[in-house]
Amino acid sequence: MTDTTLPSHEDEAADPTEASGADERRRVHDIWVSGTEERFPFSKATNEGAQELLPRDQEPALAVQEGIVVDDDYESDPEFVDEERQIINMGPQHPSTHGVLRLQLELEGETIRRVKPIIGYLHTGMEKTAETLTYAQGSTNVTRMDYLAPFHNELAFSLATEQLLGIDVPPRADAIRVLMTELNRVASHLLWAATMGMDIGALSMMIYGWREREVCLDFFEKTTGLRMNHNYIRPGGVAADLPDGWEQDVADLIPAVRSGVAEYQELLDENPIFLDRTMGVGVITPDECKQYGVTGPMARASGITWDLRKAMPYSGIDRYEFDVPTGLHGDVHDRYLVRIAEIEQSLRIVEQILETIPLGDYRNPDPKVTPPPRKRIDESMEALIHHFKLFTEGIVVPAGTAYQSIEGPRGEVGCYLVSKGGARPWRMHWRAPSFAAVQALPPMMTDALVADVVATLASADPVLGDVDR
Amino acid sequence: MSDTDPTTDIDAPAVEDPDTTPSRSVPGSEAVAAVVAGFDDATFSERSYASSDVTYHAISIPVDQWVAFAEAAKGAGFDAFVDIAAVDHFTDAPRFEVALNLLDLKAGERIVVSTRVPYDDPTVPTLTGVFAGANFYEREAYDLFGIDFPGHPDLTRILLPDDWQGHPLRKDYDIGAVPVEFKAGSVDL
Repeated sequence: MTDTTLPSHEDEAADPTEASGADERRRVHDIWVSGTEERFPFSKATNEGAQELLPRDQEPALAVQEGIVVDDDYESDPEFVDEERQIINMGPQHPSTHGVLRLQLELEGETIRRVKPIIGYLHTGMEKTAETLTYAQGSTNVTRMDYLAPFHNELAFSLATEQLLGIDVPPRADAIRVLMTELNRVASHLLWAATMGMDIGALSMMIYGWREREVCLDFFEKTTGLRMNHNYIRPGGVAADLPDGWEQDVADLIPAVRSGVAEYQELLDENPIFLDRTMGVGVITPDECKQYGVTGPMARASGITWDLRKAMPYSGIDRYEFDVPTGLHGDVHDRYLVRIAEIEQSLRIVEQILETIPLGDYRNPDPKVTPPPRKRIDESMEALIHHFKLFTEGIVVPAGTAYQSIEGPRGEVGCYLVSKGGARPWRMHWRAPSFAAVQALPPMMTDALVADVVATLASADPVLGDVDR
Repeated sequence: MSDTDPTTDIDAPAVEDPDTTPSRSVPGSEAVAAVVAGFDDATFSERSYASSDVTYHAISIPVDQWVAFAEAAKGAGFDAFVDIAAVDHFTDAPRFEVALNLLDLKAGERIVVSTRVPYDDPTVPTLTGVFAGANFYEREAYDLFGIDFPGHPDLTRILLPDDWQGHPLRKDYDIGAVPVEFKAGSVDL
C-alpha cells in the first residue's frame, strides 16, 4: 500500500499544533497498524475516527442540539411550489413505526406525494464489532440484529462460517437447526399478526398474537435458556442438545398455535373493517420487488414464487414437505394471507421433524471447531489443549469469501463473510431483508392516502434492529 | 497468535482467493455463461453453499465495465437485485471491493459480481439506473467506506449522523480507546 495522496480527506489532516502526547499516540498507532517501525501514513493522512468532543465553536452537532440549525434533510422539489403541500415527520418516536423509523411524508391534502424513509437511529456498528469478535463469539453478536428472528441470523452466520471452513454438521444438528428456525418463523409471524392487527385497529389481536408467541418463546427458553438473543446455533452445530421432554413440548405447541391462528382467521378474515383497510392498499408489483430487493413474504404476496428453502435449500430443509404460499395482488391483505399460510407450512415442517429427527451428535466432531466435552478434558491432554486454543484463540478459518443466505421470516437473510485467515472475520456484511423492505416503502406509499401509511408499513414488517444493525 | 488480529499481519502476502481460477467455460451454469460471454476480462469461480450441493458463481470484473456488466446480467435474466456489499482489503491493492449480488429467479441461480477500486480513487459508477434498489445499498457503502458512486441521486449518509467524520468500516478508522484509571494514577491509552 503506497498511496499517500488522499483527496477527500486533506482537510482532516492532523493539526500540527496538537499536543505532543497525541502525536506520540498517533505514532504508536501507526506502527501498530503497519507492523513495522516505519511510520505508516494512514492516520496522518486521513485522521479518521476522531469523535471527541470539540470546542464549542467548532462542534457542528452543537447547533443542531441547541436548535439553532434545524437539520431537515428533506430536499424540496422545485417543480412543485404549492402551498397545499406540507411535510410531515412520522417518527422516529411514532408507535406504529415498530421502532425508530422516521418517514418524511409530503402531503397534498390527505394524499401522499412523496415519502423518504430515514434510518440509522438504531445503528450500533455491529458489522464493525464483528471484526473484533472471533467466529466462536460471532453468533452472540449477530443474534441481536434481527431480534425477532435471532435463530435465522445465527444460522446464516454459522453456515457462512462453515462454508469457509468446508465442514458439514451432523444430521441431528441440521434437524435441530431447521426445527428452531421454523418455530422462530412461526413466532415472528405471530408477533407480526399481533402488531399488524393493533396498527389497523383490531386491538384484541395484540393480546392474541402475543399469547401464542409466548408458547413458542417458552420452548426457546427451555432449549436455549433465553427468550431472545439465544446464541444457540453456532459454527459446527448447536450449543446443546434438545432438552428432555422436548417432543411433548413441541407436540403441545403445534395445536396451541393452530387453534390461535384459527381464532385470528375467525376474527379478521371476514371482518369488513379489516378488509377495507387492507385490500388494494400498499401494492407493490413483482417487478418492483425485484428492482428493490424485496424478498420473502412480501415478494410472494406479489406473486413471485421464490423461496430459498426450495430454490437453494440449506440444512437439509429440502427433506421436508411443505408448500410455498403465494398471493396475487401484492397488497397488504395478500401479505396477511401469505404469512398466516406460512405459519401452517412451518408447523408442517416441525411435525415432520418430530417424526424423523435422527439420533446422534449435535455438533461437528472436529476438535478445531467444537470444544471437547468437559469430561474429556480431565482424561486427555489433546482435549485440554484444544479447549484452551478454542477459548483463547477461537476457530481458525482459512482465507476466502463466502456468501450464505437463508429464508428468514422477512425475506432473504444473507451473510457476506470475508476471511483473511485467523480467528476473526475480516469483514462481515449483512444482507438484511428489512433494509430492502424499508427502501421499497416509497413505491408502495406514493399517491396513497395518509391513512394507509400505517397499514402499509406494518405489512412490510421491518425490524429496525435489522435495518440499522 | 498474531494472526488472530487482522491488523497486524500487514506484511503478509496478498491473500489469493484459492478458488478464483480464470477459465472461459462456466461449469454448471448456462445462465452465467451467457452473462460473461461478452466480457473477456471477467474472472469467475463456482462456490458451493455449506453442507449443500447448491452453488453460486463469484465473478470479478474491472470497474469500467461495472454498469455494462450489471445491465448485461439483468438482460440475461439476473434481474432480481439482492445486495451490494463493500469490503476494505486495506493491504491488498486495489483496496476497496464492491460486490453486487443478483438472482435469476427463473433459473434459480445466484451471481456475486465484485469489482475493486484503489484507495486514491474510490469511485464506482452507480447502479441506481439499472436497479432502483441499489440506492440504499450504495448510500450504505458510501457512509461506512467512503466509496463514491457518481450519478447516484442522493448520495448522503444513511446509517450514521450527517455530521459524522470519517468512514468507520475502513480498516484504518481509529476505533478509539478509553483511558483506564488505576489507583496509582492514570494510564493514557
